[in-house]
Amino acid sequence: MNLRIFVPRDAGAVAVGADEVALALEQAASKRGVSIDIIRTGSRGLYWLEPMIEVATPQGRVAFGPLTGADAAAVLDVIVADGPHPLRLGITEQIPWLKRQTRVTFARCGVVDPRSIEDYRARQGYKGLERALELGSDAILADVTASGLRGRGGAGFPTGIKWKTVAQTSADRKYIVCNADEGDSGTFADRMIMEGDPFVVIEGMTIAAVAVGAGKGYIYIRSEYPHAVDAMNAAILAARRAGYLGERIGGTSHSFDLEVRVGAGAYVCGEETSLLESLEGRRGIVRAKPPLPAHKGLFGKPTVINNVLSFAAIPFILEGGAKAYADFGMGRSRGTMPIQLAGNIRYGGLFEAPFGMTLGELVDDVGGGTLSGRPVRAVQVGGPLGAYFPRALFDTPFDYEAFAARDGLIGHGGIVVFDDSVDMSRQARFAMEFCAIESCGKCTPCRIGSTRGVETIDKIRAGDRVAENIAVVEDLCNTMKFGSLCALGGFTPYPVISALKHFREDFGPAPTRLEAAE
Amino acid sequence: MMRVYEPWNATRGAEIIAEHAHLEGATLVILHALQDAFGHVPEPAIPMIASALNLSRAEVHGVFTFYHDFRREPAGRHVLKLCRAEACQAAGGDALAARAEARLGVVIGDTTADNRVTLEPIYCLGLCATAPSAMLDGRVVGRLDEARIDALVAEAQR
Repeated sequence: MNLRIFVPRDAGAVAVGADEVALALEQAASKRGVSIDIIRTGSRGLYWLEPMIEVATPQGRVAFGPLTGADAAAVLDVIVADGPHPLRLGITEQIPWLKRQTRVTFARCGVVDPRSIEDYRARQGYKGLERALELGSDAILADVTASGLRGRGGAGFPTGIKWKTVAQTSADRKYIVCNADEGDSGTFADRMIMEGDPFVVIEGMTIAAVAVGAGKGYIYIRSEYPHAVDAMNAAILAARRAGYLGERIGGTSHSFDLEVRVGAGAYVCGEETSLLESLEGRRGIVRAKPPLPAHKGLFGKPTVINNVLSFAAIPFILEGGAKAYADFGMGRSRGTMPIQLAGNIRYGGLFEAPFGMTLGELVDDVGGGTLSGRPVRAVQVGGPLGAYFPRALFDTPFDYEAFAARDGLIGHGGIVVFDDSVDMSRQARFAMEFCAIESCGKCTPCRIGSTRGVETIDKIRAGDRVAENIAVVEDLCNTMKFGSLCALGGFTPYPVISALKHFREDFGPAPTRLEAAE
Repeated sequence: MMRVYEPWNATRGAEIIAEHAHLEGATLVILHALQDAFGHVPEPAIPMIASALNLSRAEVHGVFTFYHDFRREPAGRHVLKLCRAEACQAAGGDALAARAEARLGVVIGDTTADNRVTLEPIYCLGLCATAPSAMLDGRVVGRLDEARIDALVAEAQR
């Protein structure tokens, strides 16, 4: 039997040389007359080890990494001889960083061939849909509600309630929309699952369609993710060919089909109403709510719009796992969260765990601190609209409410680590600058406030009337927070105010001196 | 791989528009398809899209100008996009971006005078655990350092 070697095709692995490694392995094998099958998978998410290859053995898959093309020949010899090698990592599942995770949503990612629906089905794939088709709408909704799943895009709205609203709204057409406009820096879980296990997203959307009675779905993927677009398109074709999409799914009366739509570089389109506008072929201008998308969404029809990770969590829940899912987590944050460790970090990657681990455990223990070896000074949690946390808040548990209580948010679960060389007034300025670049322009506080914010922070950085200008920034942030329709203008104050609050020393002399001078 | 684009041709443009005009909310799909063929969205295409979709010219122009991706004019022969977002900033991306600007003699957002390289910002490629990252003509590159950015710039200049 041919040696089976798994090499990721995930963009994160390709960006550090996975294609070169695959090619070098093939060349080395043909030179030695060794028959190998290279299976291109997603990534396991241990990015500091990428490109990480695995070889199938009777004991399980054995991993090697990080490889370069130049290592391939020597590693192939070691694989054939089952010998030692400095890059040999042992049985993949036993690597402590992977072993301590709870992989529910990402159980198959990095394991299966994302182009093979047979591979998906061989690993519990489509069991959730099969059960959903037997259960029918009410029981599906009951399961999703019982799981406690909340929207993984960042807002954390209970998924079961959203679906129920759509199910109860009557209309001639309904839509399922998957928000794959993962624009937050420091997040890549949507990209990974679309590239590594696209069928789980399709299955989750199909179950939603059965639950609410929708016939058509769209996956809106950002243009910065060409690999994910290719993977989803290939998977949709395969699912259609196998009868899992299209007319009469699985021989039932349900019909549902999917289409990928590609964004065009607008961050604001990750906001759900802006995304719907964009899907309709318009400028991505935010809509006022109400009406909720569940009542009047895409083309004015009732629409379920959820994040990629929310849909990807559904098959496990419908497979009979609603209670098991709800048993993970803490407080009102149930289930697991695929946490993304990024930026200046030693062990960066995808870490899926039940809610409740502290920020400190995630950054210091799991992430191993900074890659630069310097002390961690700040972490931004939840993307460009998330707060910067200092080490003093590292006891905060990863939970929607716990972060909100400390004026932060978990958002889409990205954690970006900065070392002590960071200038926090510069990061605050960037938050305002990014908002100015990406504002859709509908709300004045967001459109103009962000530009005034950049100007005022520039004055502070130049030492111009620091205390007065900080008061102006705080006032501006207050206006943006309460005067903007969506999270772009409304949450840009989080990184700005948190930088000011926790890293005041980066914004010039302290105000007490002014008082002393009076 | 450098992309070779077709020169603008109204008949070909009309074909592309007709191919997608039946889709729900087709405007972005058509703009992408035109840019994919011609390397940019030529001005004469705007009224053609408007007429095919029964929209006003202003509406189509508004959509075209809203999104960062769509180009009025062709880019340079190679497009080098550098991620400028927080995860790449944390990993030293700002210094590398400045280095690329200095090597190419342009600021981010501009094209070199010989029209070889367009240097652009991108806000997140989702390669945040192997930051800093970049994209050269659609090929993703991570773990950038000075040597790697110099190599990328040199490749783009060829």
